[in-house]
Amino acid sequence: MSITAPRTPVLMIGKYVAISFYLIFALFPLYWLLKIALTPDQLIFTEGTNLVPSQMTFANFTSVLFKTDFLAYFGNSLVVSLGTAAITTMVAAGAGYAFSRFHFGGKKIIIAVMLITQMFPLLMIIAPIYKIIASLGLLNSLTSLIIVYTAFNIPFATFLMQSFFDGIPKDLEEAAMMDGCTRFQALRKVIFPLTLPGLGATLGFVFTAAWSELLFALMLISKNDTMTFPVGLLTFVSKFSVDWGQMMAAGVLALIPSCLFFIFIQRYLVQGLTSGAVKG
Amino acid sequence: MARMELNNLKKLYGSVEVMRDINLDIEDGEFIVLVGPSGCGKSTLLRMIAGLEPISGGEFLIDGDRMNEMRPRDRDIAMVFQSYALYPHMDVERNMGFSMEIRGESASERKARVLDAAKILGLDKLLKRYPKELSGGQRQRVAMGRAIIRDPRAFLFDEPLSNLDASLRVEMRLEIARLHQKLGATMVYVTHDQVEALTLADRIVVLEGGNIQQVGSPLELYERPANKFVAQFIGSPTMNVVPVSSAQGGVTLANGVTIPTLKDVNPVNAAELGIRPEHIDVVPLGAGDFDAVADVVEHLGSDTNLFVRIDGIGPMMVRVHGNIPKQPGDSVGLKLQRENIHLFASDGQRLRAEDALAA
Ligand SMILES: Nc1ncnc2c1ncn2[C@@H]1O[C@H](COP(=O)(O)OP(=O)(O)OP(=O)(O)O)[C@@H](O)[C@H]1O
Ligand SMILES: [Mg+2]
Repeated sequence: MSITAPRTPVLMIGKYVAISFYLIFALFPLYWLLKIALTPDQLIFTEGTNLVPSQMTFANFTSVLFKTDFLAYFGNSLVVSLGTAAITTMVAAGAGYAFSRFHFGGKKIIIAVMLITQMFPLLMIIAPIYKIIASLGLLNSLTSLIIVYTAFNIPFATFLMQSFFDGIPKDLEEAAMMDGCTRFQALRKVIFPLTLPGLGATLGFVFTAAWSELLFALMLISKNDTMTFPVGLLTFVSKFSVDWGQMMAAGVLALIPSCLFFIFIQRYLVQGLTSGAVKG
Repeated sequence: MARMELNNLKKLYGSVEVMRDINLDIEDGEFIVLVGPSGCGKSTLLRMIAGLEPISGGEFLIDGDRMNEMRPRDRDIAMVFQSYALYPHMDVERNMGFSMEIRGESASERKARVLDAAKILGLDKLLKRYPKELSGGQRQRVAMGRAIIRDPRAFLFDEPLSNLDASLRVEMRLEIARLHQKLGATMVYVTHDQVEALTLADRIVVLEGGNIQQVGSPLELYERPANKFVAQFIGSPTMNVVPVSSAQGGVTLANGVTIPTLKDVNPVNAAELGIRPEHIDVVPLGAGDFDAVADVVEHLGSDTNLFVRIDGIGPMMVRVHGNIPKQPGDSVGLKLQRENIHLFASDGQRLRAEDALAA
């Protein structure tokens, strides 16, 4: 997997220039977020596009944390995202395993239907979803969001998990069964540990998707105490002004769980756990 | 220890019948080798014995007990996979002791048994390594160790050596032969390699297109192949087969030469004549059955291979023991060893004395 390093200094420099350019391009918006969050209110407009503010302050952070409902939004988002990620991954792992290992009637049709669900623009189904959730009496509840997000994420998560299961040689499972395992034991002792990277990736993917979802959260939640973070962010926009500093500070804080989550799972993502299983 | 009976085994994938009429009795402690061209069903048959592939028809017995519906874990058979299938997240020790772990045996018991087996296989220094830190040959040994540890009723091998290089293959082949002698367990072994088949097997099963073509000891298959397919499949280099027509007391080659046949063979139905390269003698010009021109000469040291062209017949291969001073373009006389001539009917069956009596 390792790529041989370029040999000449010119290529080396070229490589670093390219990487730096990419990093600057990708990370600049995040830097700007942080910069505005740290800039005192009165300087935001006067200093405009200066790369570095002349003064820095944590006032935005403290006021977001202690003077707004931010923590409540944050907590709601955490519940919704973790719940969605856990349920989706569990269902997707089961479905992905079945798709990868078993032949059964209707498999092709189920896969086709799952693909089709991915093709509709979400806007089209907002109204029906609203009606369904309303008639279930679940409006303004976190449960409604978990249900909707889970439904939307399951198809892709299933395909993701299926591809991870496909990547685990069938021989391993069969060897385990020859060694005396039941199918379930083989799954638990051999396949599951090897699927950790896949589970990590799927959890991460679903978590971030749920964490930043706005459209449905906006539609289904209108009460302050069940608002998720992206909806809550909009409360910083008042009729007359936008509180940029606080909004950005909230944004920075909202990045933290995603970052933590990925730091936590990244070792599963990068590790090629199955290497060495079969003759390579 | 196990005696296996395969009675009319059949395998369907959907509506496609890939194996049929598989009848085979495997004696306790016997070493059976399955050979055949790619796609003939060797792995499928092995996997049916293992329980990894459902049996579509017929009956499979071990020691008289019906196995068809038994799960792999209840059959007490160990299998070594071509890919080795080592558990990548377990070190060598745990890989080898995994079956004992599943059976719930104590850690100390496991450790002792694994160490014993590891010593036999020369793996005792590698117990803490992970599969990805091992060479191909070492992985192969771990896979074997994992099977030995279990002390199963029978061992199954699916081309276990095909991923190894030539010298390691020879070494592991000996190791397997030694293992068989030591354990005396029933073994069923799939291979593509002639030498492996001929050296390891008590009996060889030749499969083709999902059918058993012949079952017999290596020598039987070599000397008395049941049909043209087996004749050409067993033995290296491949047997020469040329068309003939039957004549009074013999067969006539396409170049008009008549070869008298031994009296226990009835040449009436003969359509083809088969002769192995090592059963053709090089004689002075004019002194043999016919003369030929050598196109290519390979000096192997111990043997000389002549690829010759015969007017009216076409190409043949001749193998002579030792080194003979022939060059490409030389003409040679060739004589077919009478007792080693095989005659085949138009349906490919070999003509034998029994047929002569029946005719
Ligand atoms: N899952 C499957 N579905 C349909 N047909 C299959 C399946 N698995 C194997 N077959 C067919 O069964 C036949 C036997 O396959 P098998 O793998 O036993 O061959 P093999 O003798 O082991 O070949 P090789 O020497 O290449 O390993 C082949 O014709 C193959 O196409
Ligand atoms: Mg095979």
